[in-house]
Amino acid sequence: MGTQRGVGWMLLLLLLCCFGGKCELQESKPSTTTDFPTIKPFHDEINEPQAFPEQERAHLPVFTMNYPRIQVPFEFTLWVLLASFAKIGFHIYHKITIWIPESCLLISIGLIVGGIMYSVKEEPPAVFDTTIFFLYMLPPIVLDNGYFMPTRPFFENIGTVLWYAVVGTLWNSIGIGLSLFAICQFEVFGIQDINLQENLLFASIISAVDPVAALNVFEDIGVNEQIYIVIFGEGLFNDAVTVVLYSMFAFLADMPQVDSGDVFLGVARFFVVGVGGILFGFLFGFVAAFTTRFTHNVRQIEPLFVFMYSYLAYLVAELFAISSVLAIITCAITMKYYVEENVSQRSCTTIRHVVKMLATISETLIFFFLGVVTITTDHEWNWAYITFTLLFAFIWRGLGILVLTQIINPFRTIQFTFKDQFGLSYGGLRGAICFALAFTLPNTINRRNLFVTASIAVIIFTVFIQGISIRPILEYLNIRRTNKDLNTINVEVHTRMMEHVVSGIEDLCGHWSHYYWKDKFKKFNDRILRRILLRDNRAESSIVSLYKKLELQNAIELLDTPMGDLSAAPSIVSLHDEKMEASRPKKKFLAADVRKMHDILSKNMYKIRQRTMAYTNKYTLPDEGQTREILIRRHASVRRSIRPGSFRDMSAQNIPRSQKYYSLQPGGNLESAFALRRRSHGGGEVDRLRSSGVLPRSSSHSLVPMRRLNTIKEAGSAGGQPATSARPRSPPPGVDILDEMGPAGSRFRPRKAPLPAPRRHSSNWAEDDEDPDDAEYPSRGVEPVHPPQLPPPRGWAPENQDPREVGAGNPLLRHSSQGSRGSGRSGS
Amino acid sequence: MGSSSSSMDHIPNAEELMQETGFSAAHLLRLYERFEFLDKDQTGELRPEDFGAIGGLALNPIGDRIISAFFSPGQETVDFPSFVRVLAHFRPNGTNRTRNGTQQEPVNSRTRKLKFAFQLYDQDRDGKISRAELLQVLRAMLGIQVTEEQLQSIAERAIQEADLDRDDAISFDEFKKVQQVSPHPQTPTKETPLHPTEGGR
Repeated sequence: MGTQRGVGWMLLLLLLCCFGGKCELQESKPSTTTDFPTIKPFHDEINEPQAFPEQERAHLPVFTMNYPRIQVPFEFTLWVLLASFAKIGFHIYHKITIWIPESCLLISIGLIVGGIMYSVKEEPPAVFDTTIFFLYMLPPIVLDNGYFMPTRPFFENIGTVLWYAVVGTLWNSIGIGLSLFAICQFEVFGIQDINLQENLLFASIISAVDPVAALNVFEDIGVNEQIYIVIFGEGLFNDAVTVVLYSMFAFLADMPQVDSGDVFLGVARFFVVGVGGILFGFLFGFVAAFTTRFTHNVRQIEPLFVFMYSYLAYLVAELFAISSVLAIITCAITMKYYVEENVSQRSCTTIRHVVKMLATISETLIFFFLGVVTITTDHEWNWAYITFTLLFAFIWRGLGILVLTQIINPFRTIQFTFKDQFGLSYGGLRGAICFALAFTLPNTINRRNLFVTASIAVIIFTVFIQGISIRPILEYLNIRRTNKDLNTINVEVHTRMMEHVVSGIEDLCGHWSHYYWKDKFKKFNDRILRRILLRDNRAESSIVSLYKKLELQNAIELLDTPMGDLSAAPSIVSLHDEKMEASRPKKKFLAADVRKMHDILSKNMYKIRQRTMAYTNKYTLPDEGQTREILIRRHASVRRSIRPGSFRDMSAQNIPRSQKYYSLQPGGNLESAFALRRRSHGGGEVDRLRSSGVLPRSSSHSLVPMRRLNTIKEAGSAGGQPATSARPRSPPPGVDILDEMGPAGSRFRPRKAPLPAPRRHSSNWAEDDEDPDDAEYPSRGVEPVHPPQLPPPRGWAPENQDPREVGAGNPLLRHSSQGSRGSGRSGS
Repeated sequence: MGSSSSSMDHIPNAEELMQETGFSAAHLLRLYERFEFLDKDQTGELRPEDFGAIGGLALNPIGDRIISAFFSPGQETVDFPSFVRVLAHFRPNGTNRTRNGTQQEPVNSRTRKLKFAFQLYDQDRDGKISRAELLQVLRAMLGIQVTEEQLQSIAERAIQEADLDRDDAISFDEFKKVQQVSPHPQTPTKETPLHPTEGGR
């Protein structure tokens, strides 16, 4: 209820905003038709100080207003703000966007605003003039798609994607165009004046599929990766194909008749446009990568290169009238890998955020204006034409998928079932591109308004009807949902474990047989490309490079962090509280406890293979938290086994005890975690820090930055993804990392490196079992929770704690494999 | 597409393997290609490091368990037949082409699948999932936000749920029962259950 009221307020605010802009706009424009003439002179006079010279010649004006001077940027800002507010509004009440796609909501709001504008006879801003849309609105969206393209699954499916995108779009355009032309022959409908070229032109407009809404639904339901990537890729390359077709048909539409030579030229042009776009993309991508090789001294402007080069690729492609969409996509894919390795971590973050931000705002605006323009534009309504357009669009899409899938299926390792095909065809919504193209139709076409109306009808029909109904239908089709209430903890754990196993086996089998080419490219890449494009071109394993980055950031963060950074403390306290509560009923589990356990399990277990997760929600940045976390664990364990005894001197060092436990609570259970951390950090972190003049504070402190480090990169994603944030992402790496590494790590290379494990005490099973009880005894139930700064009880000598908590990790380890058992011994 | 370089006659004992595992020739061929790809130094055998080089597997929280499942104890390498035999556990069991009767049990039966999973937990191969073993897996799978305490109580709870004979560990039979309660994704075709002692190896 509260949220709904929030939405209401937000809407009110929006309207106010928009009225504010509009009223002023009214004042400034006496007649809408003479808009530009009135503005122009003012723009020319911008340098002259006096605004209203004829009012009072003698006196200096105390208060002046020069609205026309700021009109364009001012209104633009207001529109952007309005759209952004709308976006905030949707996500306040979270459930709306689950059932109704965001694009629907945006269009609806646009319709409302359009209605208001229409009632006050206001002209919509001229966003959908060709140049503005194609030069300013489209590039950010495409850049975002290209930059965050999930490369691996995409290239695994590239054949299918291209097949659907190219042939499917051709199929749709020609099919719809011809059928509509056939319809036009009937006299009863009164549309005989539409000739074949115009029909084809129109068909090429509405055959562009926009996958935004469908993708969000697919993600929520958990559709398999193949369908997902096919829809995604189709949406991308569709754009390219459609733009080509459009320009081709638009050219042909002007000609009185078409001979066969023109068709061949059209085909040739098609390849020129496509291949040319890709070539330009490569060119600029490599140049961009090469440029960033030298930017390490000008970190401030590093991100700029990405945007400028990709925009340049886009513009140059436009210049030669080849596929600018393909150019910018190729450019982004090409440069991403190298650029991200060249630029600093912060620049990389900036790039990602800005790309996302621009794309989101651009797309929001487009849908929003779609609603506005629907109301304010002139329509020509023809029942027959529009109904048949809807019908044919639907039928040809379905038929196309069916036929094309039959052809492509034998070549696929994982074939599309009929359910998949239904999902593919039903997911074919029409969107922004279609809309923009309709508005850029040349005025020479006599039924232009009819085409615009029909396009809008198709868009609104597909976005609203299909977009809303696709979720229930897909959920009905494949019943993948598991009812969690019935499950026991065992089931939850085991099921997840099996999923991990299966995904691991999938990796192992390597679903696809592209490995030959992949291998070839990798070699080429390592030998030549990396050497040219990267500043630091030694091939590193992902673990090492990640680790380096982390260490670096860690150090920076540590220096930056003020001494008393307590931001982490409350969470530890609350965690502790919860833990105390959770651990109390040792043998009997209350229903609440079980629920809590389920909660913990479902929230914290690693998501299976986040390959799709990362990019599915269009508006969020990919999250690398989990990957990192696992890598960090691995690496930490490796490091620990490499430096035997490094922690030992550390624990004997002169860390003030009060600081050591400074955020620890009387319950004391956490101390096992802290002690472990301290030891493992002893070698690398503290030594390095000491040499850099920083006093080693508590181990818990040195971990605070690690956690914050994660937020740097993912803070935006947290903010930008309220729709999906019901399920928290994987936890930030850093809190208990090293707690884990015992079992995971030494099994990592069990046979290779029987180095002495850095453990001081051997321990046995019994200790492990008694551990929690022992640790709790001094304070359980007696002391209230202290604020974190309080010094801990004196009685805790870390030396006493060590064996116990080593016991927590060690016995498991010794059970796990022979090799590590030996190492455990030798370390003690 | 199947590159022509490797064909069925490169694979040793292809026929037997197909019979034993139920893989089709195409499957086997692809697996062989994959095997060769993984086998960087062309020894005809895979070492744990070869598996570790797979990116996805390195990121799998229980990847090292999966890897070690391919290696029988004391063995450093795995050859192609054993590789395929392990993978055969993962064939969907709806499509069994094996003739009924003579063969004791197809490798992809529900019981065998479960046993494979069970052995991923049961690292010391004593036929029981002890609390420590469960904890270990939990720790690998759960994010690091979870405290040791919570882990322990979860493990405790899981064992309590499954433990029928009160020995504070989950035997294979108990493991199987727990899984049967659930709506398991794999089709629960009723196979003749293995004798419990076989689970222990």
